[in-house]
Amino acid sequence: MDARSLLDQLFPAGHTVAFDGIFFAGTGTSGSHAVAVIGTIDAAPIGIELAFRMAGAVLDVVRHHPGRPILLLVDTQGQRLSHRDELLGINGYMAHLAKCLEVARRAGHKIIGLVYSQAVSGGFLASSLLADTCYALPEAEVRVMNLPAMSRITKIPLERLESLSKTSPVFAPGVENYLRMGAIAALWQGDLSAYLAEALAAPAGEDTRRILGETRQGRGLARRVAERVRHDAA
Amino acid sequence: MSSYYEASARERIVGLLDGGSFREILPPGERILSPHLLQLDTPAAFDDGIVVGEGALGGRKVLIAAQEGGFMGGAVGEVHGAKLVGLLERALDQRPAGVLLLVESGGVRLHEANAGLIGVSEIMRAVLKLRGAGIPVIVLDGGQFGCFGGMGIVSRLCDAVIISEEGRLGLSGPEVIETTCGVEEFDSRDRALVWRTVGGKHRYLLGEAAHLVADDIAAFRAQAIAALDLRPDLSLEALEREHAVLGQRLDRFGTCRDGIDIWRNLGIDQPERLPLLEAEAFIAITAGKRA
Repeated sequence: MDARSLLDQLFPAGHTVAFDGIFFAGTGTSGSHAVAVIGTIDAAPIGIELAFRMAGAVLDVVRHHPGRPILLLVDTQGQRLSHRDELLGINGYMAHLAKCLEVARRAGHKIIGLVYSQAVSGGFLASSLLADTCYALPEAEVRVMNLPAMSRITKIPLERLESLSKTSPVFAPGVENYLRMGAIAALWQGDLSAYLAEALAAPAGEDTRRILGETRQGRGLARRVAERVRHDAA
Repeated sequence: MSSYYEASARERIVGLLDGGSFREILPPGERILSPHLLQLDTPAAFDDGIVVGEGALGGRKVLIAAQEGGFMGGAVGEVHGAKLVGLLERALDQRPAGVLLLVESGGVRLHEANAGLIGVSEIMRAVLKLRGAGIPVIVLDGGQFGCFGGMGIVSRLCDAVIISEEGRLGLSGPEVIETTCGVEEFDSRDRALVWRTVGGKHRYLLGEAAHLVADDIAAFRAQAIAALDLRPDLSLEALEREHAVLGQRLDRFGTCRDGIDIWRNLGIDQPERLPLLEAEAFIAITAGKRA
Protein backbone atom coordinates (compact mmCIF):
# COMPACT_ATOMS: atom_id res chain seq x y z
CA MET A 1 0.00 0.00 0.00
CA ASP A 2 1.35 3.44 -0.78
CA ALA A 3 1.78 5.91 2.05
CA ARG A 4 -0.87 8.38 0.94
CA SER A 5 -3.68 5.87 0.78
CA LEU A 6 -2.41 4.38 4.04
CA LEU A 7 -2.69 7.79 5.72
CA ASP A 8 -6.19 8.30 4.30
CA GLN A 9 -7.27 4.96 5.74
CA LEU A 10 -5.63 5.54 9.12
CA PHE A 11 -7.02 9.06 9.46
CA PRO A 12 -10.43 9.29 7.78
CA ALA A 13 -11.06 12.41 9.90
CA GLY A 14 -8.12 14.05 8.20
CA HIS A 15 -4.39 14.59 8.41
CA THR A 16 -1.84 17.22 7.51
CA VAL A 17 1.17 15.20 6.48
CA ALA A 18 3.81 16.79 4.27
CA PHE A 19 6.00 14.75 1.98
CA ASP A 20 9.57 15.80 1.26
CA GLY A 21 11.51 13.33 -0.86
CA ILE A 22 11.56 9.99 0.95
CA PHE A 23 10.57 11.56 4.29
CA PHE A 24 7.18 12.60 5.58
CA ALA A 25 5.89 14.07 8.81
CA GLY A 26 2.80 15.76 10.14
CA THR A 27 -0.31 15.22 12.22
CA GLY A 28 -3.35 13.00 11.89
CA THR A 29 -6.63 13.01 13.76
CA SER A 30 -7.78 9.77 15.36
CA GLY A 31 -10.93 10.20 17.45
CA SER A 32 -10.05 12.82 20.05
CA HIS A 33 -6.31 12.32 19.53
CA ALA A 34 -3.91 14.38 17.50
CA VAL A 35 -1.28 11.88 16.41
CA ALA A 36 2.22 12.83 15.27
CA VAL A 37 3.19 10.90 12.16
CA ILE A 38 6.81 10.30 11.09
CA GLY A 39 7.69 8.05 8.19
CA THR A 40 9.45 7.21 4.98
CA ILE A 41 8.49 5.93 1.53
CA ASP A 42 10.01 3.97 -1.34
CA ALA A 43 11.88 1.46 0.84
CA ALA A 44 14.18 4.27 1.94
CA PRO A 45 17.71 3.32 2.91
CA ILE A 46 18.25 4.94 6.29
CA GLY A 47 21.45 6.93 6.19
CA ILE A 48 22.82 9.60 8.50
CA GLU A 49 20.70 12.48 7.18
CA LEU A 50 17.45 10.55 7.34
CA ALA A 51 18.10 9.19 10.84
CA PHE A 52 18.99 12.73 11.92
CA ARG A 53 15.84 14.13 10.38
CA MET A 54 13.58 11.55 12.02
CA ALA A 55 15.25 12.24 15.36
CA GLY A 56 14.64 15.96 14.89
CA ALA A 57 10.97 15.30 14.18
CA VAL A 58 10.69 13.26 17.40
CA LEU A 59 12.38 15.98 19.48
CA ASP A 60 10.08 18.54 17.91
CA VAL A 61 7.00 16.61 19.05
CA VAL A 62 8.33 16.21 22.59
CA ARG A 63 9.28 19.89 22.80
CA HIS A 64 6.10 21.38 21.33
CA HIS A 65 3.34 18.80 21.81
CA PRO A 66 3.66 17.20 25.23
CA GLY A 67 2.13 13.75 25.45
CA ARG A 68 1.11 13.55 21.79
CA PRO A 69 1.32 9.95 20.55
CA ILE A 70 3.80 9.19 17.77
CA LEU A 71 3.04 6.86 14.88
CA LEU A 72 6.07 5.56 12.97
CA LEU A 73 5.35 4.57 9.38
CA VAL A 74 8.82 3.67 8.20
CA ASP A 75 9.32 1.93 4.88
CA THR A 76 12.96 0.91 4.70
CA GLN A 77 15.26 -1.49 2.87
CA GLY A 78 17.66 -1.20 5.83
CA GLN A 79 20.56 1.01 6.79
CA ARG A 80 22.28 2.85 3.94
CA LEU A 81 25.43 0.98 2.93
CA SER A 82 28.21 3.42 2.16
CA HIS A 83 31.71 4.36 3.18
CA ARG A 84 30.60 7.92 3.96
CA ASP A 85 27.82 6.81 6.33
CA GLU A 86 30.31 4.68 8.25
CA LEU A 87 32.97 7.41 8.25
CA LEU A 88 30.54 9.86 9.89
CA GLY A 89 29.22 7.34 12.41
CA ILE A 90 25.86 6.09 11.15
CA ASN A 91 25.55 3.83 14.20
CA GLY A 92 25.71 6.97 16.35
CA TYR A 93 22.93 8.60 14.32
CA MET A 94 20.76 5.50 14.63
CA ALA A 95 21.41 5.39 18.38
CA HIS A 96 20.53 9.07 18.60
CA LEU A 97 17.14 8.35 17.00
CA ALA A 98 16.61 5.53 19.49
CA LYS A 99 17.47 7.81 22.42
CA CYS A 100 15.11 10.52 21.15
CA LEU A 101 12.28 7.97 21.02
CA GLU A 102 13.17 6.88 24.55
CA VAL A 103 13.00 10.49 25.74
CA ALA A 104 9.55 10.68 24.16
CA ARG A 105 8.48 7.45 25.82
CA ARG A 106 9.71 8.63 29.22
CA ALA A 107 7.83 11.88 28.75
CA GLY A 108 4.58 9.94 28.27
CA HIS A 109 4.30 9.84 24.49
CA LYS A 110 2.83 6.58 23.26
CA ILE A 111 4.90 5.24 20.35
CA ILE A 112 3.29 2.96 17.78
CA GLY A 113 5.05 1.38 14.83
CA LEU A 114 3.25 0.11 11.74
CA VAL A 115 5.25 -1.73 9.10
CA TYR A 116 3.22 -1.01 5.97
CA SER A 117 5.64 -2.07 3.27
CA GLN A 118 9.23 -3.10 4.05
CA ALA A 119 11.29 -3.32 7.22
CA VAL A 120 14.81 -4.67 6.98
CA SER A 121 17.63 -5.22 9.43
CA GLY A 122 19.29 -2.07 10.82
CA GLY A 123 16.58 0.19 9.41
CA PHE A 124 13.95 -1.84 11.27
CA LEU A 125 16.03 -1.79 14.48
CA ALA A 126 16.34 1.98 14.41
CA SER A 127 12.64 2.62 13.76
CA SER A 128 9.55 0.42 14.19
CA LEU A 129 11.24 -2.00 16.59
CA LEU A 130 11.72 0.91 19.01
CA ALA A 131 7.99 1.52 19.31
CA ASP A 132 6.09 0.50 22.46
CA THR A 133 4.22 -1.84 20.17
CA CYS A 134 4.88 -2.70 16.54
CA TYR A 135 2.15 -3.79 14.13
CA ALA A 136 2.23 -4.68 10.44
CA LEU A 137 0.05 -4.98 7.38
CA PRO A 138 -0.23 -8.59 6.18
CA GLU A 139 1.54 -7.80 2.90
CA ALA A 140 4.51 -6.20 4.67
CA GLU A 141 7.97 -7.62 4.05
CA VAL A 142 10.17 -8.06 7.10
CA ARG A 143 13.62 -9.60 7.05
CA VAL A 144 17.28 -9.50 7.92
CA MET A 145 18.50 -11.16 4.75
CA ASN A 146 17.06 -13.22 1.92
CA LEU A 147 17.81 -16.94 1.95
CA PRO A 148 20.14 -17.07 -1.10
CA ALA A 149 22.42 -14.46 0.49
CA MET A 150 22.24 -16.24 3.83
CA SER A 151 23.14 -19.51 2.13
CA ARG A 152 26.20 -17.91 0.49
CA ILE A 153 27.47 -16.48 3.77
CA THR A 154 26.72 -19.40 6.10
CA LYS A 155 27.64 -22.06 3.50
CA ILE A 156 24.43 -23.90 4.38
CA PRO A 157 22.73 -25.23 1.21
CA LEU A 158 19.76 -23.16 0.09
CA GLU A 159 17.48 -26.22 -0.10
CA ARG A 160 18.26 -26.95 3.53
CA LEU A 161 17.40 -23.41 4.60
CA GLU A 162 14.20 -23.43 2.57
CA SER A 163 13.01 -26.70 4.02
CA LEU A 164 13.88 -25.69 7.62
CA SER A 165 12.17 -22.32 7.24
CA LYS A 166 8.86 -24.10 6.71
CA THR A 167 8.86 -25.03 10.39
CA SER A 168 11.33 -22.65 12.05
CA PRO A 169 10.51 -18.92 12.20
CA VAL A 170 14.01 -18.11 13.36
CA PHE A 171 15.91 -17.01 10.25
CA ALA A 172 13.72 -16.71 7.17
CA PRO A 173 12.09 -13.51 5.92
CA GLY A 174 8.39 -13.06 6.57
CA VAL A 175 6.01 -10.99 8.64
CA GLU A 176 4.44 -14.18 10.01
CA ASN A 177 7.77 -15.17 11.54
CA TYR A 178 8.06 -11.87 13.35
CA LEU A 179 4.49 -12.24 14.54
CA ARG A 180 5.28 -15.68 15.94
CA MET A 181 8.42 -14.44 17.61
CA GLY A 182 6.63 -11.58 19.34
CA ALA A 183 8.22 -8.60 17.61
CA ILE A 184 5.00 -7.77 15.79
CA ALA A 185 2.01 -7.72 18.09
CA ALA A 186 -0.72 -8.07 15.45
CA LEU A 187 -1.52 -7.69 11.77
CA TRP A 188 -3.93 -4.94 10.76
CA GLN A 189 -6.43 -6.03 8.13
CA GLY A 190 -9.56 -4.09 7.24
CA ASP A 191 -10.53 -0.89 9.07
CA LEU A 192 -7.08 0.55 9.81
CA SER A 193 -8.47 3.58 11.66
CA ALA A 194 -10.21 1.25 14.14
CA TYR A 195 -6.98 -0.64 14.76
CA LEU A 196 -5.14 2.63 15.29
CA ALA A 197 -7.76 3.86 17.79
CA GLU A 198 -7.46 0.58 19.67
CA ALA A 199 -3.66 0.77 19.71
CA LEU A 200 -3.79 4.34 21.03
CA ALA A 201 -6.13 3.26 23.82
CA ALA A 202 -3.96 0.32 24.92
CA PRO A 203 -1.81 0.96 27.99
CA ALA A 204 1.90 1.39 27.30
CA GLY A 205 3.95 -0.93 29.44
CA GLU A 206 7.03 -3.07 29.61
CA ASP A 207 8.75 -4.72 26.68
CA THR A 208 6.71 -7.92 26.52
CA ARG A 209 7.95 -9.27 23.20
CA ARG A 210 9.72 -12.20 24.85
CA ILE A 211 6.53 -13.33 26.56
CA LEU A 212 4.57 -13.01 23.32
CA GLY A 213 7.23 -14.96 21.43
CA GLU A 214 7.08 -17.74 23.98
CA THR A 215 3.28 -17.86 24.04
CA ARG A 216 3.16 -18.03 20.24
CA GLN A 217 5.85 -20.72 20.23
CA GLY A 218 8.18 -18.71 18.02
CA ARG A 219 10.90 -17.92 20.55
CA GLY A 220 11.09 -20.53 23.24
CA LEU A 221 14.22 -19.47 25.10
CA ALA A 222 14.51 -15.70 25.22
CA ARG A 223 12.21 -15.13 28.19
CA ARG A 224 13.45 -18.09 30.22
CA VAL A 225 17.15 -17.35 29.74
CA ALA A 226 16.73 -13.65 30.53
CA GLU A 227 14.74 -14.49 33.67
CA ARG A 228 17.41 -16.86 34.88
CA VAL A 229 20.19 -14.34 34.38
CA ARG A 230 18.09 -11.74 36.15
CA HIS A 231 17.34 -13.88 39.21
CA ASP A 232 19.90 -16.69 39.50
CA ALA A 233 22.43 -16.60 42.28
CA ALA A 234 25.86 -15.82 40.87
CA MET B 1 51.20 -4.71 29.34
CA SER B 2 48.59 -7.39 28.85
CA SER B 3 46.90 -7.16 25.45
CA TYR B 4 43.13 -6.72 25.49
CA TYR B 5 42.99 -7.51 21.76
CA GLU B 6 44.60 -10.92 22.17
CA ALA B 7 42.67 -11.94 25.30
CA SER B 8 39.53 -14.10 25.39
CA ALA B 9 36.27 -12.81 26.86
CA ARG B 10 36.92 -14.50 30.21
CA GLU B 11 40.54 -13.32 30.33
CA ARG B 12 39.38 -9.75 29.75
CA ILE B 13 36.85 -9.96 32.57
CA VAL B 14 39.35 -11.41 35.02
CA GLY B 15 41.96 -8.80 34.07
CA LEU B 16 39.54 -5.89 34.36
CA LEU B 17 37.82 -6.68 37.64
CA ASP B 18 39.28 -6.68 41.14
CA GLY B 19 41.20 -9.89 41.80
CA GLY B 20 39.01 -12.91 42.52
CA SER B 21 35.76 -10.91 42.47
CA PHE B 22 34.13 -12.29 39.31
CA ARG B 23 31.13 -14.64 39.62
CA GLU B 24 29.65 -15.96 36.38
CA ILE B 25 25.91 -16.38 35.92
CA LEU B 26 24.73 -19.30 33.76
CA PRO B 27 28.29 -20.58 33.32
CA PRO B 28 29.11 -23.10 30.56
CA GLY B 29 28.36 -25.97 32.94
CA GLU B 30 24.68 -25.02 32.68
CA ARG B 31 24.79 -26.04 29.01
CA ILE B 32 22.48 -23.23 27.84
CA LEU B 33 23.23 -23.35 24.14
CA SER B 34 21.54 -22.42 20.90
CA PRO B 35 19.06 -24.99 19.59
CA HIS B 36 18.98 -23.14 16.28
CA LEU B 37 22.65 -23.78 15.54
CA LEU B 38 22.23 -27.47 16.34
CA GLN B 39 19.34 -27.61 13.92
CA LEU B 40 21.63 -26.28 11.18
CA ASP B 41 24.44 -28.71 12.11
CA THR B 42 26.57 -25.79 13.21
CA PRO B 43 28.77 -26.18 16.29
CA ALA B 44 27.25 -24.51 19.35
CA ALA B 45 28.97 -23.18 22.48
CA PHE B 46 27.97 -23.83 26.08
CA ASP B 47 27.86 -20.10 26.77
CA ASP B 48 26.53 -19.09 23.31
CA GLY B 49 29.46 -16.73 22.89
CA ILE B 50 28.80 -14.39 25.82
CA VAL B 51 29.97 -14.41 29.43
CA VAL B 52 27.82 -12.58 31.99
CA GLY B 53 28.24 -12.09 35.71
CA GLU B 54 29.08 -9.76 38.54
CA GLY B 55 32.15 -8.58 40.36
CA ALA B 56 33.92 -5.54 41.74
CA LEU B 57 35.75 -2.77 39.93
CA GLY B 58 37.88 -0.47 42.06
CA GLY B 59 35.97 -1.73 45.10
CA ARG B 60 32.52 -0.98 43.62
CA LYS B 61 29.97 -3.54 42.56
CA VAL B 62 29.49 -3.94 38.81
CA LEU B 63 27.69 -6.28 36.45
CA ILE B 64 29.63 -7.30 33.38
CA ALA B 65 29.10 -8.98 30.02
CA ALA B 66 31.78 -9.98 27.52
CA GLN B 67 31.18 -11.19 23.99
CA GLU B 68 33.54 -13.87 22.70
CA GLY B 69 34.66 -12.99 19.18
CA GLY B 70 36.17 -16.43 18.83
CA PHE B 71 32.68 -17.92 18.70
CA MET B 72 30.84 -16.87 15.53
CA GLY B 73 32.41 -13.43 15.69
CA GLY B 74 30.46 -12.59 18.84
CA ALA B 75 27.25 -12.47 16.84
CA VAL B 76 23.93 -12.18 18.66
CA GLY B 77 21.51 -15.11 18.65
CA GLU B 78 18.48 -15.83 20.80
CA VAL B 79 20.29 -17.15 23.88
CA HIS B 80 23.20 -14.73 23.55
CA GLY B 81 20.84 -11.75 23.36
CA ALA B 82 18.66 -12.99 26.22
CA LYS B 83 21.69 -13.34 28.49
CA LEU B 84 22.57 -9.70 27.89
CA VAL B 85 18.97 -8.54 28.38
CA GLY B 86 18.75 -10.54 31.61
CA LEU B 87 21.98 -8.99 32.89
CA LEU B 88 20.74 -5.46 32.18
CA GLU B 89 17.49 -6.23 34.00
CA ARG B 90 19.39 -7.75 36.91
CA ALA B 91 21.08 -4.37 37.22
CA LEU B 92 17.64 -2.75 37.62
CA ASP B 93 17.09 -4.94 40.69
CA GLN B 94 20.59 -4.83 42.16
CA ARG B 95 21.54 -1.24 41.35
CA PRO B 96 25.32 -1.74 40.95
CA ALA B 97 27.69 1.18 40.40
CA GLY B 98 27.55 0.40 36.69
CA VAL B 99 27.36 -2.22 33.96
CA LEU B 100 30.34 -2.96 31.73
CA LEU B 101 29.74 -4.27 28.22
CA LEU B 102 32.84 -5.78 26.62
CA VAL B 103 31.55 -5.72 23.08
CA GLU B 104 33.03 -7.78 20.27
CA SER B 105 30.44 -8.58 17.67
CA GLY B 106 29.60 -8.58 14.01
CA GLY B 107 25.97 -7.96 14.93
CA VAL B 108 23.09 -10.32 14.30
CA ARG B 109 23.89 -14.03 13.89
CA LEU B 110 22.57 -15.02 10.47
CA HIS B 111 21.78 -18.60 11.48
CA GLU B 112 19.07 -17.20 13.74
CA ALA B 113 18.71 -13.82 12.12
CA ASN B 114 15.19 -12.95 13.25
CA ALA B 115 15.78 -14.02 16.84
CA GLY B 116 19.05 -12.08 16.83
CA LEU B 117 17.50 -8.92 15.44
CA ILE B 118 14.66 -8.97 17.96
CA GLY B 119 17.20 -9.78 20.69
CA VAL B 120 19.24 -6.69 19.76
CA SER B 121 16.07 -4.61 19.90
CA GLU B 122 15.37 -5.94 23.41
CA ILE B 123 18.96 -5.12 24.42
CA MET B 124 18.47 -1.56 23.14
CA ARG B 125 15.30 -1.13 25.18
CA ALA B 126 16.93 -2.64 28.27
CA VAL B 127 20.01 -0.38 28.04
CA LEU B 128 17.84 2.71 27.76
CA LYS B 129 15.62 1.63 30.62
CA LEU B 130 18.62 0.99 32.84
CA ARG B 131 20.16 4.36 32.02
CA GLY B 132 16.79 5.92 32.71
CA ALA B 133 17.01 4.37 36.17
CA GLY B 134 20.31 6.22 36.68
CA ILE B 135 22.78 3.37 36.26
CA PRO B 136 25.64 4.00 33.85
CA VAL B 137 26.41 1.48 31.11
CA ILE B 138 29.99 1.55 29.82
CA VAL B 139 31.25 -0.04 26.62
CA LEU B 140 34.77 -1.39 26.10
CA ASP B 141 35.73 -1.94 22.48
CA GLY B 142 39.12 -3.40 21.64
CA GLY B 143 38.59 -6.93 20.40
CA GLN B 144 39.59 -8.59 17.16
CA PHE B 145 36.19 -8.44 15.50
CA GLY B 146 35.36 -4.86 16.47
CA CYS B 147 31.79 -3.82 17.13
CA PHE B 148 29.34 -3.75 14.24
CA GLY B 149 25.73 -4.27 13.27
CA GLY B 150 23.13 -3.91 15.98
CA MET B 151 25.84 -3.92 18.65
CA GLY B 152 27.28 -0.79 17.02
CA ILE B 153 23.96 0.92 17.72
CA VAL B 154 23.73 -0.54 21.23
CA SER B 155 27.20 0.80 22.05
CA ARG B 156 26.18 4.34 21.21
CA LEU B 157 23.13 4.10 23.46
CA CYS B 158 25.46 3.75 26.44
CA ASP B 159 27.13 6.36 28.63
CA ALA B 160 30.61 6.03 27.19
CA VAL B 161 32.59 3.99 24.70
CA ILE B 162 36.18 3.27 25.73
CA ILE B 163 38.08 2.19 22.65
CA SER B 164 41.63 1.18 21.80
CA GLU B 165 43.42 1.94 18.58
CA GLU B 166 42.70 -1.67 17.58
CA GLY B 167 39.00 -1.25 18.37
CA ARG B 168 36.54 -0.66 15.55
CA LEU B 169 33.02 0.71 15.73
CA GLY B 170 30.43 1.03 13.01
CA LEU B 171 27.19 -0.35 11.62
CA SER B 172 27.85 -2.15 8.34
CA GLY B 173 31.24 -3.83 8.28
CA PRO B 174 33.62 -2.99 5.41
CA GLU B 175 33.20 -6.49 3.91
CA VAL B 176 29.42 -6.09 3.81
CA ILE B 177 29.69 -2.76 2.01
CA GLU B 178 32.27 -4.09 -0.43
CA THR B 179 30.19 -7.19 -1.20
CA THR B 180 27.03 -5.14 -1.76
CA CYS B 181 28.35 -1.96 -3.36
CA GLY B 182 31.68 -2.94 -4.89
CA VAL B 183 35.33 -2.50 -4.04
CA GLU B 184 35.38 1.11 -5.27
CA GLU B 185 32.88 2.04 -2.53
CA PHE B 186 34.90 0.45 0.27
CA ASP B 187 37.98 -1.74 -0.18
CA SER B 188 37.75 -3.93 2.91
CA ARG B 189 41.28 -5.27 2.37
CA ASP B 190 42.80 -1.79 2.59
CA ARG B 191 43.49 -2.03 6.31
CA ALA B 192 44.69 1.54 6.66
CA LEU B 193 41.45 2.77 5.07
CA VAL B 194 39.41 0.61 7.43
CA TRP B 195 41.18 2.08 10.48
CA ARG B 196 40.77 5.65 9.19
CA THR B 197 37.04 5.00 8.78
CA VAL B 198 35.92 2.90 11.75
CA GLY B 199 39.08 2.60 13.88
CA GLY B 200 39.52 3.76 17.46
CA LYS B 201 41.49 6.92 16.77
CA HIS B 202 38.96 8.25 14.27
CA ARG B 203 36.03 7.38 16.54
CA TYR B 204 37.74 9.21 19.40
CA LEU B 205 38.41 12.33 17.31
CA LEU B 206 34.87 12.36 15.93
CA GLY B 207 33.38 12.09 19.44
CA GLU B 208 31.83 8.68 18.82
CA ALA B 209 34.10 7.23 21.51
CA ALA B 210 34.69 9.03 24.79
CA HIS B 211 38.17 7.68 25.53
CA LEU B 212 41.07 6.18 23.64
CA VAL B 213 43.35 3.79 25.51
CA ALA B 214 46.37 1.65 24.67
CA ASP B 215 45.76 -2.02 23.92
CA ASP B 216 46.27 -2.91 27.55
CA ILE B 217 43.75 -4.45 29.94
CA ALA B 218 45.05 -2.25 32.77
CA ALA B 219 44.46 0.90 30.69
CA PHE B 220 40.88 -0.20 29.97
CA ARG B 221 40.40 -0.91 33.67
CA ALA B 222 41.60 2.53 34.77
CA GLN B 223 39.29 4.27 32.31
CA ALA B 224 36.33 2.05 33.25
CA ILE B 225 36.78 2.86 36.95
CA ALA B 226 36.62 6.57 36.12
CA ALA B 227 33.54 6.03 33.95
CA LEU B 228 31.57 4.63 36.89
CA ASP B 229 31.18 8.24 38.03
CA LEU B 230 29.17 9.14 34.93
CA ARG B 231 25.53 10.02 35.50
CA PRO B 232 23.16 9.04 32.70
CA ASP B 233 21.16 11.93 31.28
CA LEU B 234 18.18 11.06 29.12
CA SER B 235 16.55 14.47 29.40
CA LEU B 236 15.07 16.28 26.42
CA GLU B 237 17.75 18.95 26.82
CA ALA B 238 20.55 16.38 26.67
CA LEU B 239 19.17 14.92 23.46
CA GLU B 240 18.68 18.36 21.95
CA ARG B 241 22.36 19.05 22.66
CA GLU B 242 23.34 15.76 21.03
CA HIS B 243 21.13 16.65 18.09
CA ALA B 244 22.97 19.94 17.66
CA VAL B 245 26.33 18.16 17.76
CA LEU B 246 25.26 15.60 15.15
CA GLY B 247 23.83 18.36 12.97
CA GLN B 248 27.13 20.25 13.13
CA ARG B 249 28.94 17.04 12.15
CA LEU B 250 26.84 16.76 9.00
CA ASP B 251 27.44 20.42 8.12
CA ARG B 252 31.13 20.41 8.88
CA PHE B 253 32.27 17.01 7.62
CA GLY B 254 29.49 16.00 5.24
CA THR B 255 31.68 16.43 2.17
CA CYS B 256 34.83 14.83 3.64
CA ARG B 257 35.94 11.75 1.74
CA ASP B 258 38.37 10.29 4.25
CA GLY B 259 39.23 10.34 7.92
CA ILE B 260 42.30 12.40 7.10
CA ASP B 261 40.10 15.16 5.61
CA ILE B 262 38.13 15.27 8.86
CA TRP B 263 41.25 15.38 11.02
CA ARG B 264 42.70 18.20 8.90
CA ASN B 265 39.39 20.05 9.22
CA LEU B 266 39.73 19.67 13.01
CA GLY B 267 42.92 21.71 12.78
CA ILE B 268 45.32 18.84 13.36
CA ASP B 269 48.73 19.47 11.84
CA GLN B 270 50.04 16.72 9.51
CA PRO B 271 47.03 14.46 10.03
CA GLU B 272 48.50 11.67 7.88
CA ARG B 273 50.95 10.86 10.71
CA LEU B 274 48.18 10.09 13.25
CA PRO B 275 47.83 6.36 12.45
CA LEU B 276 51.50 5.84 13.35
CA LEU B 277 51.34 7.37 16.82
CA GLU B 278 51.10 5.45 20.08
CA ALA B 279 47.98 6.18 22.12
CA GLU B 280 49.68 8.50 24.61
CA ALA B 281 51.42 10.65 21.98
CA PHE B 282 48.24 10.68 19.88
CA ILE B 283 46.13 11.93 22.78
CA ALA B 284 48.66 14.67 23.55
CA ILE B 285 48.89 15.88 19.94
CA THR B 286 45.12 15.92 19.40
CA ALA B 287 44.24 17.52 22.75
CA GLY B 288 41.65 20.25 22.30
CA LYS B 289 41.10 19.36 18.64
CA ARG B 290 38.33 16.75 18.92
CA ALA B 291 34.98 17.39 17.27
